[in-house]
Amino acid sequence: MDILNLTRISAKALLRNKTRSALSMLGIVIGIAAVIAVVNLGEGLKQSTANQLSDMGTNLIMVMRANQRRGGVSMGSSNVQSLKVRDAEMIAKNAKNITMVSPVVNSGGQVVNGSKNWSGTVYGGSTDYLQIRKYEIATGVNFTEEDVKKYAKVGLIGQTIVENLFGENEDPIGKTIRVGNMPFKVIGTLKEKGENTMGMDQDDIIIMPYSTVQKRILGVDFIHQIVCSAASEDVADAAVEEVENILRVAHKIPTGGTNDFEVRTQQELLEMMTSMTGMITTVLIAIALISLLVGCIGIMNIMYVTVTERTKEIGLRMSIGAKNSAILLQFLTESIILSLIGGVLGLVLGVALSYVVDLIMSLPFIVNVLWMIISFVSCAVLGLIAGFFPALKASRTDPINALRYE
Amino acid sequence: MSNNSIIKVENLKRTFIVGSEEVHALKGVSFEIFQGEFVSIMGSSGSGKSTLLNILGCLDQPTSGEYLIDGISVKERTKNELSEIRNRKIGFVFQSYNLLPRTTALENVELPLIYNSDISHRERHERAQHALEMVGLKDRMLHMPNQLSGGQQQRVAIARALVNDPVIVLADEATGNLDTRTSYEIMSLFQSLHEQGKTIAFVTHESDIAIFTNRTIFLRDGHILRDEPVATKSALEALKALPVENDY
Repeated sequence: MDILNLTRISAKALLRNKTRSALSMLGIVIGIAAVIAVVNLGEGLKQSTANQLSDMGTNLIMVMRANQRRGGVSMGSSNVQSLKVRDAEMIAKNAKNITMVSPVVNSGGQVVNGSKNWSGTVYGGSTDYLQIRKYEIATGVNFTEEDVKKYAKVGLIGQTIVENLFGENEDPIGKTIRVGNMPFKVIGTLKEKGENTMGMDQDDIIIMPYSTVQKRILGVDFIHQIVCSAASEDVADAAVEEVENILRVAHKIPTGGTNDFEVRTQQELLEMMTSMTGMITTVLIAIALISLLVGCIGIMNIMYVTVTERTKEIGLRMSIGAKNSAILLQFLTESIILSLIGGVLGLVLGVALSYVVDLIMSLPFIVNVLWMIISFVSCAVLGLIAGFFPALKASRTDPINALRYE
Repeated sequence: MSNNSIIKVENLKRTFIVGSEEVHALKGVSFEIFQGEFVSIMGSSGSGKSTLLNILGCLDQPTSGEYLIDGISVKERTKNELSEIRNRKIGFVFQSYNLLPRTTALENVELPLIYNSDISHRERHERAQHALEMVGLKDRMLHMPNQLSGGQQQRVAIARALVNDPVIVLADEATGNLDTRTSYEIMSLFQSLHEQGKTIAFVTHESDIAIFTNRTIFLRDGHILRDEPVATKSALEALKALPVENDY
């Protein structure tokens, strides 16, 4: 019995029961498709997170206020006033691995242009802020050092603001609009950036000199954040250390004392985000693998039914000279053919499915070849196992009884 | 008729254990079938003829006694060796045809050759075609069993039994499911195969079928009651003699 013959016999037997073969294959198809789709979507999600974080600025280092306790009471990081403009200046002056620094103060507020109004977020930064956060100017110009010094009432607005406050053919540049009670002149618009991974609209933004936001809008002397740009990705860790040391000295934190700030790199944020999507993906893969297993049990079930139903055929084949091993191999091959064809269809369906979902969710389409191989091999192995016991049963049939079986 | 012994059984015994009881199905049977013989094995139910057929067909092993097929002893053969003997030496014809459903007549006939790796795909095809020609179904080769009448299905089964060129064709109540006219047609086919030199053993319980063979072995209670030549009747003539109203 050569392989070709065996395959032909098994294929013919399967074709004799097209509907049943197709239905038992379906379990495998769905199982494999689910695994592949989930894995590919997970990869896409991971990639998209990485892309968007790097859109926020590669080499980005963020200094945030740390949650502090005073007399056993947690202050909540928003009430902490530990970061000052001076800190940003110290970093700019002393850190060798840092190329750009900007203090950040932000405030929400109603933005008004004549009869139109919109609720936006105002970010105050230095002249480097745009570059650090990878914002590009669409029209107009950035504000200057002079504007920062004079708390100038100028600002750049994102596309969402432009759309909501200005008519289609209206040029926002040079117009004066209000945020809260403060009128300011629009000196530039930003290019569109889209939503970030968290679903936040990155174009719903007004960027002003930090001093303007501090003095004219919020009336505070502290800042919320410092964003820096490391010279390169390689020195990011060194830069973090530098920043930390500079701020510990500036804040007079004794050795062993707890920092009243936190330094985060882009990389850490990325890991945080991907570990989250990774966890969800893992759970989904586990569920998909279970459905694959159920599919295999389906094949096993069908093979058992088939063996019983075809007792007479088995008896006949034995009586005309089929060895027990030939019968075993025939049914084993049937089950393997079912699972392999199911596997291939599942792979195709899974890839197609992830392509469509990626398209709809505008995620990058990534095919994880390793997982395709893993799921295909595991489906072949499961098919082998699922077919083995029914096939063994078939090969142990007594031809005398089988021929009389009705 | 040559004196070549195809089947030789000597003091064949077969005992089954049913529960705590021993059932002696064959109690010492001896006979010989020579090449070119057309033998019927007769007996009522319980006479041991099925047990004998199973042993002759190498589907079962005797408890004691000797069985030689084409000069080969069947004693103490492994299952695989028995399969091979069945594949090369024996052609089975069953009462209920046992054709694979949804499989063409040609493919059904090819089946025994699939289990013989010495035979190429092409040769298999040619031999199956030839066997179907022999039973007069040349123009039905690509029909499915459900597109054939009972008699035609049995002809396909006979072709399948002939395709591996066996030393003996074992027929088990091969006319049991057929009406009289079709039975006679099938017997006529067997007779013509016999004339072409085939050795045939035909198990039946109908004496009006056994009459078309050349020799009858009567079994009763596990013993041979009689073993005698038959005044053979031509099935073709019997067919002609059938009254028209019997033609249903």
